[in-house]
Amino acid sequence: MLKVRDLSVAFRTEQGMVQAVDHVSFDVGEGELLGVVGESGSGKTVSLLAVMGLITDPNAVITGSIQYRGRELVGLKPRDMRALRGKEIAMIFQDPMTALTPVYTIGWQIAEQVLAHQKMSKAAAWQRAIDLLAEVNIPNPQEAVHRYPHQLSGGMRQRVVIAMALSCNPALLVADEPTTALDVTVQAQILDLLRKLRRNHGSAIVFITHDMGVMAEIADRMLVMYAGRVVERGKKEELFLAPLHPYTRALLDSIPPLTGVKPKRLRAIPGTPPNLLNRPPGCAFAPRCIERFEKCSAEPALGSGNHTAACFHVSA
Amino acid sequence: MIFSLIQRVAQMLFVMFGISVLVFLIFFATPGADPAARIAGRNASPEILEAVRKSFGFDQPIYVQYLTMMKKIFVTGDLTSFVNRGWKVVPAVMDTIPVTLSLVIGAAVLWVVFALLIGIAAAATRGTWVDKTLMMLGLIGISMPVYWLGEVMNLLSQSRYHDTWLFSWVPPLGYKNFSDDPKGWFLTLVIPWITLSILYIGLYGRVLRAAIVESLQEDYIRTARAKGLSETRILLRHALRTSLVAFVTLFGLDFGALVGGSALLTEVVFGLQGVGKLTYDALLNLDLPIIMTTVLYASFFVVAANAVVDILYMLLDPRVRTA
Amino acid sequence: MTAVSDTLSAAPKSRGPWATALRRLFRDRAAVLALFVFILIVILCLLAPAYAAWAKTDPFTSTLDAMVRINGQDVPVMEQSTEGLGLGYTPIGPTWQLGNYFLGADNQGRDVMARLLYGGLNSLFIAGMATVVTLFFATLMGLAAGFFGGVIDMLLSRFLDILWAFPVYLLAISLSIVLIAQGLNLGFITIESGSLWLPVFIIGIVYVPYVARPIRGQVLALRESEFVLAAIGLGVPSHRILLRDILPNVSTTLIVFVPIMMALNMITESALSFLSIGVQPPDASWGTIIQDGQNLLYTRPMVALAPGIAIVITVLALNVLGDGLRDALDPRSKIRIGRS
Repeated sequence: MLKVRDLSVAFRTEQGMVQAVDHVSFDVGEGELLGVVGESGSGKTVSLLAVMGLITDPNAVITGSIQYRGRELVGLKPRDMRALRGKEIAMIFQDPMTALTPVYTIGWQIAEQVLAHQKMSKAAAWQRAIDLLAEVNIPNPQEAVHRYPHQLSGGMRQRVVIAMALSCNPALLVADEPTTALDVTVQAQILDLLRKLRRNHGSAIVFITHDMGVMAEIADRMLVMYAGRVVERGKKEELFLAPLHPYTRALLDSIPPLTGVKPKRLRAIPGTPPNLLNRPPGCAFAPRCIERFEKCSAEPALGSGNHTAACFHVSA
Repeated sequence: MIFSLIQRVAQMLFVMFGISVLVFLIFFATPGADPAARIAGRNASPEILEAVRKSFGFDQPIYVQYLTMMKKIFVTGDLTSFVNRGWKVVPAVMDTIPVTLSLVIGAAVLWVVFALLIGIAAAATRGTWVDKTLMMLGLIGISMPVYWLGEVMNLLSQSRYHDTWLFSWVPPLGYKNFSDDPKGWFLTLVIPWITLSILYIGLYGRVLRAAIVESLQEDYIRTARAKGLSETRILLRHALRTSLVAFVTLFGLDFGALVGGSALLTEVVFGLQGVGKLTYDALLNLDLPIIMTTVLYASFFVVAANAVVDILYMLLDPRVRTA
Repeated sequence: MTAVSDTLSAAPKSRGPWATALRRLFRDRAAVLALFVFILIVILCLLAPAYAAWAKTDPFTSTLDAMVRINGQDVPVMEQSTEGLGLGYTPIGPTWQLGNYFLGADNQGRDVMARLLYGGLNSLFIAGMATVVTLFFATLMGLAAGFFGGVIDMLLSRFLDILWAFPVYLLAISLSIVLIAQGLNLGFITIESGSLWLPVFIIGIVYVPYVARPIRGQVLALRESEFVLAAIGLGVPSHRILLRDILPNVSTTLIVFVPIMMALNMITESALSFLSIGVQPPDASWGTIIQDGQNLLYTRPMVALAPGIAIVITVLALNVLGDGLRDALDPRSKIRIGRS
């Protein structure tokens, strides 16, 4: 349903062009849950913001193609994009504490979205808000609609954001690290909720995170990003059991195993991601890679298979 | 909520007390000269000086002097001017209050309406020449002395262009009572209203634009965009609505500054017999009882207005209201 | 998202904060122009005595019977009025000849151009010195209240609250009317009644809370910052912490305040002078000249117009400069220009 080809996002800055997303391609099937992993600054959020048409920075240059159910989204008129956004493609953000407008009740904010896309009475929209709050397991929804964001906990606010995202039964839901800012127990509840909603609504979900543990729990397929590029993609099981890219392996090493002997120390990845401004040629991960060899000074390409990685160890 | 309300009122009373003590100290306890001579004005006879001393209790302890002054100004209202013999000050001040209120309230309405329009227009066109021009005009407005602007207005509307269609409707300087002549009241006040509000329109247009542009960077604006709302709706219902909170708090402060500053100067320039003009005439005559009274009344009004605005702010911002 | 590009564009190499700020300021074309205009005005005003000498005019004494030579003809500076009963005198209007009643004369026959320059000198002096007074006391109070906290903070803050709530002009009027007649004698400091230091002192004092409150807030935050807590923990004496760790950190705010307060002081001084409780005659300031021009407004408007235009240009330049300085030094601060 979503077909992204050669998507690039660059920002003009005083020092030069910053290539935040560099020729990224991926697909999302109907009802599928695609996990996108990567460190902060790897371009995972920016590429999905581009899909949402939410990059408003006048200095951003977006090229490539994003097709949603056969419709090209790059260069779509703002008006048409708006009709799509929030209705067919919805988004959940990382920090629920700041994602809601502080001066309106949560019921008002949910109803606002419903009314923006559907012809219905205010009373019906309000009722829809109550139903949605019930669906995301907010206790006492009749009363909760009258609450202001600051009166709710982070977990509750994230439920509200999810309820809002679901208000128009979107076919595609983009969740940008929706659990990162929350306590561990609340994280588990939110993940449970997302799984349940996926069953009930059948929406496809793109789930962005840097947490491999969360990926292991819910993803169908995965995309690993590094320095603005996709370095590996494949089914979750393939990626976890037989990672191809050294970066993916390093990421997997950095999570504690649930069973078996616990290592004394978790392995951290040495070094830092490259500066995206005027980046040097060659594999971006090479400076931090323990397996680098002379070929890595060139640019490795992503293969065409279902499980493939952009690494010369794989293609060689 | 109830608690913060009581707290705010208590704070207001404390500040009023502090201001009254400060005024008392300035007028009665500044070292350098005999306070009786100050109160009595230029070239007062020994008999008048003696009367002043007795009436203000200058032979008594200092707190009694303070209480005497406060009683004369706020309780009995029998403070008299010595420069204008026996003129009762408090009723004179009371007579001028409607003029000043007419001036400041009208100006405040213009100020809020046009500041909103300019702030929104500039924020909506941020980065373009429209925005830059509006902000530059605002800055020029801020940089003009209000009394000078008033003189320029007079020069144009009373003299140079008075005979053209543009200003032929402008009546001669002075104030007309609303109850006697509502149309005259309105017409005489139009130019003073504009003059007085221009500074604040510039100031608040800029403040509002900055606040809107800042709130447009907030996460909830991104959420609003993700909801598929139109840019107009995002600007007005989300960015503007949250910016208004800051606008209102500042408004309280500056409405005070307007009453206690620019309005005074505007009244002088346009010959409006308000509290400011009364103060100005007293300044020229060195008539301290009048100045004392107008300063205290005006500052108390300002402090009370500030408290009212803060309480309104509590009602406007749910974060404060429901806390 | 601008936030995204901001974090990405964070320069890898960093220059010193002052150099960066200066570079940013000099790239702001409006601010540079404003600085240039302001310096030009200061220089012109400094030339006031030279101009008066060159024009052979004394801007402080009335010269009702002087004659002036225009286009080879001698013309009286004060002309017999041709209107009404012909009893009044009308001063000569602008001749637009430099050094020869360029802007005309005021109702005492004095050269307005010369007075304008002298008045500007006084206006700039008062605005600048009052800014020094404000910043000095505000820093003192802000540092003391923010750093020592407790009773000191409580007392100073309450005092600042009262001053803050007291409308500036009303406070200035109260102080002026009492002090203007007899001057100020505090024992260790004496200011004569006609002295320019009187408005300096009055204007300087009334704006103290506008600067002291933000400084106090900043010091309060710095007081809880890790490097200050560490210094306190190490037993570094308070005055060293204040001077070495805290003062440099509030200095950017103070610098941003300089042009903003000068602009505000300029307007306030002119208003007090206009109300005749600022600069005292025969001394001039832009405010007093506007007042002189009030009675001539419809006949010789230039007397009132010229000093007003001078104020607008100067204050505008200072405000633009303040805007640029704030953007360059302290972009996140909430300092507003033009509060009064």
